[in-house]
Amino acid sequence: MLRYAFIRLLSAIPALLILITLTFFMMRAAPGGPFDRERDVSPEVRAKLEQAYHLDESLWKQYGRYLTALSQGDLGPSFKYGDRSVNELIAVGFPVSLKIGGLAMLLALLLGGALGIVAALKQNGVIDYGVMTLAMVGISIPNYVFAPLAILLFAVTLGWLPAGGWNDGALSNLVLPVLALAAPQVAYIARLMRGSMIEVLHAPYIRTARAKGLSERVVILRHALRPALLPVLSYLGPASAGIITGSVVIEQIFGIPGIGRYFVTAALNRDYTVVMGVVIFYGVLVILFNFLVDLLYGVLDPRARPQ
Amino acid sequence: MRSLFLALTLLLSCTTAWSQTLAREQVLHKGNGPEPEALDPHRAEGVNTSNILRDLFEGLTSEAPDGHLIPGVAQSWELSEDGKTYTFHLRENARWSNGDALTASDFVYSLQRSADPATASNYSSILEPIENAAEVTTGKLPPSRLAVFAPDAHTLVIRLRAVTPYFLGLLNHASTYPVHRPSIEKYGARAFRAENIVGNGAYKATEWVVQSHVLLSRNRQYWDDAHTTIERVYYHATEDLSSEFKRYRAGEIDWTESVPVTQVRWIRKNIPQEFRVSPYLGVYYYGLNLTQPPFKNNPKLRRALSLAIDREVIVKKVIGTGELPAYSWVPPIPGYKQQTAEWGAWPREKRLAEARRLYAEAGYSAANPVEVEIRYNTSEDHKKIALVIAAMWKQYLGVKTRLVNQEFKVFLRDRTQKKITQAFRSGWIGDFNDPYTFSELLYSKNGRNDMGYVNVNYDSLLEQAATEIDATRRMQYLEQAEHLMLEDQPMIPLYFYVNKRLAKPYVVGWQGNIMDHHYTKNMKVLAH
Amino acid sequence: MSRLPQPEQGRSLWQDAWRRLRRNRAALVAMIVLGALVALVIVGPWFAPWSYDYIDFDGDWGAAPSLSGSHWFGTDSLGRDLFARTLQGGRISLLVGFVATLVSLLIGVTWGAVAGYYGGRIDNVMMRIVDILYAMPFMFFVILLMVLFGHHLVLIFVAIGAVNWLDMARIVRGQTLSLRQKEFVAAAVTSGLGSGAIIRHHIVPNLLGVVVVYATLTIPQVILVESFLSFLGLGVQEPATSWGMLVNDGAREMEATPWALIFPAAFLATTLFCFNFIGDGLRDALDPKDR
Repeated sequence: MLRYAFIRLLSAIPALLILITLTFFMMRAAPGGPFDRERDVSPEVRAKLEQAYHLDESLWKQYGRYLTALSQGDLGPSFKYGDRSVNELIAVGFPVSLKIGGLAMLLALLLGGALGIVAALKQNGVIDYGVMTLAMVGISIPNYVFAPLAILLFAVTLGWLPAGGWNDGALSNLVLPVLALAAPQVAYIARLMRGSMIEVLHAPYIRTARAKGLSERVVILRHALRPALLPVLSYLGPASAGIITGSVVIEQIFGIPGIGRYFVTAALNRDYTVVMGVVIFYGVLVILFNFLVDLLYGVLDPRARPQ
Repeated sequence: MRSLFLALTLLLSCTTAWSQTLAREQVLHKGNGPEPEALDPHRAEGVNTSNILRDLFEGLTSEAPDGHLIPGVAQSWELSEDGKTYTFHLRENARWSNGDALTASDFVYSLQRSADPATASNYSSILEPIENAAEVTTGKLPPSRLAVFAPDAHTLVIRLRAVTPYFLGLLNHASTYPVHRPSIEKYGARAFRAENIVGNGAYKATEWVVQSHVLLSRNRQYWDDAHTTIERVYYHATEDLSSEFKRYRAGEIDWTESVPVTQVRWIRKNIPQEFRVSPYLGVYYYGLNLTQPPFKNNPKLRRALSLAIDREVIVKKVIGTGELPAYSWVPPIPGYKQQTAEWGAWPREKRLAEARRLYAEAGYSAANPVEVEIRYNTSEDHKKIALVIAAMWKQYLGVKTRLVNQEFKVFLRDRTQKKITQAFRSGWIGDFNDPYTFSELLYSKNGRNDMGYVNVNYDSLLEQAATEIDATRRMQYLEQAEHLMLEDQPMIPLYFYVNKRLAKPYVVGWQGNIMDHHYTKNMKVLAH
Repeated sequence: MSRLPQPEQGRSLWQDAWRRLRRNRAALVAMIVLGALVALVIVGPWFAPWSYDYIDFDGDWGAAPSLSGSHWFGTDSLGRDLFARTLQGGRISLLVGFVATLVSLLIGVTWGAVAGYYGGRIDNVMMRIVDILYAMPFMFFVILLMVLFGHHLVLIFVAIGAVNWLDMARIVRGQTLSLRQKEFVAAAVTSGLGSGAIIRHHIVPNLLGVVVVYATLTIPQVILVESFLSFLGLGVQEPATSWGMLVNDGAREMEATPWALIFPAAFLATTLFCFNFIGDGLRDALDPKDR
């Protein structure tokens, strides 16, 4: 097991390297540069700027320079936010995204999981249809409709919660964004959970367990839940990485200072170092989460334990 | 005379304030658009950054709430006979926020730093009227050769390259603000962090939470601190206009950066008295690429397309926030005669008939329509305007139109390359309150002349204006130049911008002005 | 106890499934509604009194819906007929939903089943590739595609499909991992069946339940991703539109012109609901253990 973990983590290094290389060169292939603006700067100033950021060097030299700095943990300076380093932008923004994303994920897992199980147990009953309809509503209402509606209702009309802002992560500022972020996830997880739970409940060994006269609670919790969680886990790995690194829609609508926005704005601004920074950060998280999921797979389903 | 007027306005504003009680807590929440890039005045790029800098720093000159020029750090000044040398007398009580005295040598250092190519200022062109500035910014001369001198601690002399009537107005631009040398030398790249900034404005930075807000608090060292009322001001990062609007309605923001066009109907119906609109120094236009077909050597088509656009519809029905329809290039500026086209006043049918006549003369017909591609960068407003213009060209003239929405950087690159771009959406905002800031865009060598417009007569009129001492004659040159250019129709002006915002009625001490510059030190929060 | 599904039984399994699907009332209704919707979206624009891109400069912009007038769904903020636009948007959304989901399904199932079945080094390499692609900045990838090749509907299919198959691959691989431990796979292996045949005949049919459920989640996802692209200016080019884009535009003005949100949203939601019920019905009908 330890050996496996070690090999998996070691194999992540070439994977990350490929990711870095791909992103680096793809990004540079895109037209336009960080200093293209509607109001042009003079060629001399532009040359100075490019020199300061080494953009005047050959692409391979820049690539080498980037890798060298990266090996020392330095993600470089931001092109857009002149005085800030990418390390700093991530260090400041990530805890915010993590807080909102973590809470949303927890809520989604607990609520979605519970709803899915209940629906599966009452398959084709009123509760099942109710839950699935709700889940479908959750999926079919996009964030950018749900969030403004929630703000309109709870902040503007009722005045119970703030309409936006971070306010150092005060509870009242967390409620709406976490709900908005969790809503589609609750729905996805409930759907997946229901599907796999039904599948498992029809499995022969569950029938055997029931035939043995075990109580429903024992059957569900002891025998059915673990295998039924597998597809949910498969989904959860990459989804968590995506959610805790923030959502550009949620951050924009609620004015939350997370790092999700950079995935879009940095690419649009051609803020090369920020794009690289968030991509690498995200990449590391994805690999890490998938690794954890695979480990959990082994725990939940001994037959799927990797050799 | 000026100081008397100042005293009067001050008195007037005081009496109005007295008639209403001030709020116990003088805290103002401003929406400020996207996150500021850096609070270094010499490297500031966006309008949103300049808004904050205006509170943190003060230039030699400053602006009153209505936008007219008033003394800043310079108490008074003289201009030499030849109109090329300014002598400024600095206030003796001007201080940095850490208590250091602010002297003329601080300005010498700062202007040199701003011009130094190593600083890589985005706006070093602002300094260009100063003698040797162009050479310094291009690295041909060292920064020390910039013609700025400090004969004594409170006297500053600036020598100009040529007569520049708008020069004083440049001295409240961020790129001419003084910066504190000791802290820059001590902190280097971190000198403009909230915790390290030393400024000379009415406020000092207290907190900067990236992508959330910048908090400023009153600077007790400011020479005119006695007249400051607001204790703390928040500049909230509000990238998304609809979110800003909701936060305003929820009472979290008192004063917005802008207004989402989609909400104007609701606003006019429900909170019309909080909707504040005033003219803004900018023009929204459609550029035409003159270097490629179909617009190359085709003035009749260009004119026909311009005539076919119903600007009233765009201004009233599409946007509807009080923009002025534009039939000329330079927005209304005092002292400049606007070059409005006569057909702007024609009734619609006459205008369309003329457009159809020109369209036919250019050789097009229903059987042989021209195909025009409209490019615009991603934005709700740009999209709507492009759709309406395309429909007008199609429905009124029979033009085959195609819309192409591009991501901003790609859009800019294509525009600059002038190869595949045909008609493109654009806008131009003046840097200072003078027609030249508009005229120069169409100068053949201007880097942003994406129309590829070249007219030697236009160029020479601009060159004449640049060296003309007489203000009236200078304006005449610029007027002639615009008139000439409009005949060629290298672009289609659509409307002149307004600045629009929502402001709670309890925020007073400010008014709309053409540059949309507002100083928190003049503002007050009334009890509410 | 466990049955060995042979190819002949596979066919009867589908016939069986169809019979049971027809008995599922919710699925049946959903199929009828979806069929009607697709027909309306395809045929409707020919009967609509207005064209989807016509701007009526003399008409009322942002007019409320009225059955007596000719704008049954009202007009949008540019005075364009919302009925015509909703139908036109439906064409694009359904097309994108179907095609992109199909693309992601084909790639995802093949990839996941192969990786999960072979396991070991092959699995490791294949899943690392998935990991790398996962960590690619989606927006950047799409911007690049749109920039290099211009706005094109096919590109939207490719871009969305190329991103969405990753989830599918992971889920399928996870299922395959446990399936290949099952007795019937072991039996097939000892009977000398080739790997390809085992994947096709034994693994994939047993994956269908999960795949179908996931595909019903993918269609709405794809439609929403498309609207996100439009939101960023990388989707369908105006004056053409999609449901996602209409909902997006409607949401901005939901207080002033609620109908601009309600009608497209209702069409979108109905479609997604239908897919949901059909998907569930299919799942129940296809489950080989549920007899």
